[in-house]
Amino acid sequence: MRLAWLSLLNRRMTVGLTILSIACSVMLLLGVERVRQESRESFLSTVSGTDLVVGARSGGPQLLLQAVFNIGFPTQNLSRVSYAMVGEDRRVQWIIPLSMGDMHRGYRVVGTTTAFRDHYRFARDQGLQLAQGNWFADEHQAVLGADVARELDYSLGQSIVVSHGAGEISFVHHDEHPFRVSGVLAPTGTPVDRAVLVSLAGVDAMHADFVGAAEHEYDVTDPLAAAMAAAAVRQASHDHDHSDDHDHVHDEHCNHGHHEGTGSLSAMLVGLTDRAAALSVQRMINTYDGEALTAVMPGVALQELWSVLGVVERVLLFLGGFVVVVGLLGMLSNLLSTLDQRRREMAILRSVGARPRHLLALLVAESFWVSAIGAIVGLVLLSAVMLIGAPILEAHYGLHFALTWPTTNEWALLAAIVLTGTLVGLIPGWRASRQALVDGLTPRI
Amino acid sequence: MFAPDNTLIEIRDLRFAWGANGVPVLNVPELIVAAGESLFLHGPSGCGKTTLLNLIGGVLEPQGGRITVLGHDLKKISSAARDALRADQIGFVFQQFNLVPYLSVIDNVTLPARFSAARRARIEKDGEGLAQAAQAVLQRLGMEAARHQSVTALSVGQQQRVALARALLGAPAMIIADEPTSALDTDRRDEFVALLFQAAAAAGSSVVMVSHDREMGERFDRVVDLRDINRVGGQV
Repeated sequence: MRLAWLSLLNRRMTVGLTILSIACSVMLLLGVERVRQESRESFLSTVSGTDLVVGARSGGPQLLLQAVFNIGFPTQNLSRVSYAMVGEDRRVQWIIPLSMGDMHRGYRVVGTTTAFRDHYRFARDQGLQLAQGNWFADEHQAVLGADVARELDYSLGQSIVVSHGAGEISFVHHDEHPFRVSGVLAPTGTPVDRAVLVSLAGVDAMHADFVGAAEHEYDVTDPLAAAMAAAAVRQASHDHDHSDDHDHVHDEHCNHGHHEGTGSLSAMLVGLTDRAAALSVQRMINTYDGEALTAVMPGVALQELWSVLGVVERVLLFLGGFVVVVGLLGMLSNLLSTLDQRRREMAILRSVGARPRHLLALLVAESFWVSAIGAIVGLVLLSAVMLIGAPILEAHYGLHFALTWPTTNEWALLAAIVLTGTLVGLIPGWRASRQALVDGLTPRI
Repeated sequence: MFAPDNTLIEIRDLRFAWGANGVPVLNVPELIVAAGESLFLHGPSGCGKTTLLNLIGGVLEPQGGRITVLGHDLKKISSAARDALRADQIGFVFQQFNLVPYLSVIDNVTLPARFSAARRARIEKDGEGLAQAAQAVLQRLGMEAARHQSVTALSVGQQQRVALARALLGAPAMIIADEPTSALDTDRRDEFVALLFQAAAAAGSSVVMVSHDREMGERFDRVVDLRDINRVGGQV
């Protein structure tokens, strides 16, 4: 309705502010929705290609977070025997072993094999690429994730020392076994960007050296640690199938639930020849007698994770929705408060033949325009913010945001907002038509 | 378009009060305006003139009696039909602030045609487009040059002429003017009334004007003092 449009233009200042407030609320709501979707997709893309995640007995989401997303450390290990057992299964195509427990200046050090390079997939079947240098060839070389190299400003050939333990700040360093940076990975948008990859042999060697040098120090300075270590040894000798003395000695001093000698791993990612076999392989691993293992399908574990995080998401969405309601209430108050000033205008329209329902339609049309423009401006604002903010989010949280056309879900949200806004217009519309009936052709102001 | 009995307005035993048990404003036993007749209704402020016009326009409903406009008994037809009758057959000009501020002159003039199919039909019957007809009537009132101006930039006298042009567009049966000149000085007032009669004659519309200003009455066929026909008169 052109009349509505012109009437709004006439009050462009206050209407503009109303539109802005609706736009901001729409931006917030869509932003929450988009972060939700993108983070899901980002998580899903991180495990793309992996059919099963295997670790010591624990909950699915927990295992997934530890093994794939580098959040938290496994408290228990799995042995090489299990690794071999899974590897022997003919349905298994590849295994990426993961050994965690050490850090380098706040970044996680992950011991693995070249299987990581060959089989790790992210974001719809993309493989890892080196930005510079080569993969680790021996136990003295390390490959840096893109973020690690950038933030620490490391280049090829740099010598790095790994700290023992999972904390960001550790007082025990593996000074005796430094690594040399042999390569830097291209950015992936996954937690790999924030990891230091070394060979399993490197992890073993590092801890072997550590044992020789630090044993004495440990025992003297920290009796509690020694006592705990002793307790751990007793448990370890029950649970684990250790083969040589060296491992026992080692285990005594670094019970972080990680690698030892040629023995245990933190977790492994498994790829199958046939994805349909995932369920039966999972059952096989979960019921393995030799060790308490858990195998989870990443998709299923993620679903579990979302169902936990779902509450937070719903709260955020609810808040976003609430802000939109506040925006629409702002529009309502604006329309209602100007109604008094517009009584003359309404009376004129009445005198030239407008019926009460025309006035109703006028105000509904106005609120339609305001909410529709608000929704569109909100969408544009969101796109602008994402264009500016995406690199920052990607750098800090590894969340990858592409500037995409709104999904059907978002369209539905937008449509709901515009519809609600239009319906809100019924309130001032109804008032205007009531008022017009009382005022007649000459408003008594 | 005209009623068969050739009366424009017929009022019988009209009673009106604000609110259900409010102070009575009007008690008019009889008022008849014949088609083609121009009526000047005067009386002091607050004697119910404007209320009477609202009743004739069908936006207020009387508590008793009968108002017939062009043969339609306003009590017997729906409010929608009353709105349609008003839109089709009556052009209003008020004291001041007649125009929608955010519309241009030409948009203000063509406004009634948007709400009234009958007015549109009459314009089209003359073989004119809406804009053309509006332009013609503005020209007759000497306002052609201002047609694309913003109405807020016009003087009060110009605004009243635009309002008159709007009332006349599509040749309604009558023009009801409620104190149309009270915001104008004497020269402008006479000029306006002259234009009003000239343009109304050209469109074939009757003129009903109310004013407290007796001086203008001389041009009209009939002059009525509302206090003479209103039994409540003088009490309010």
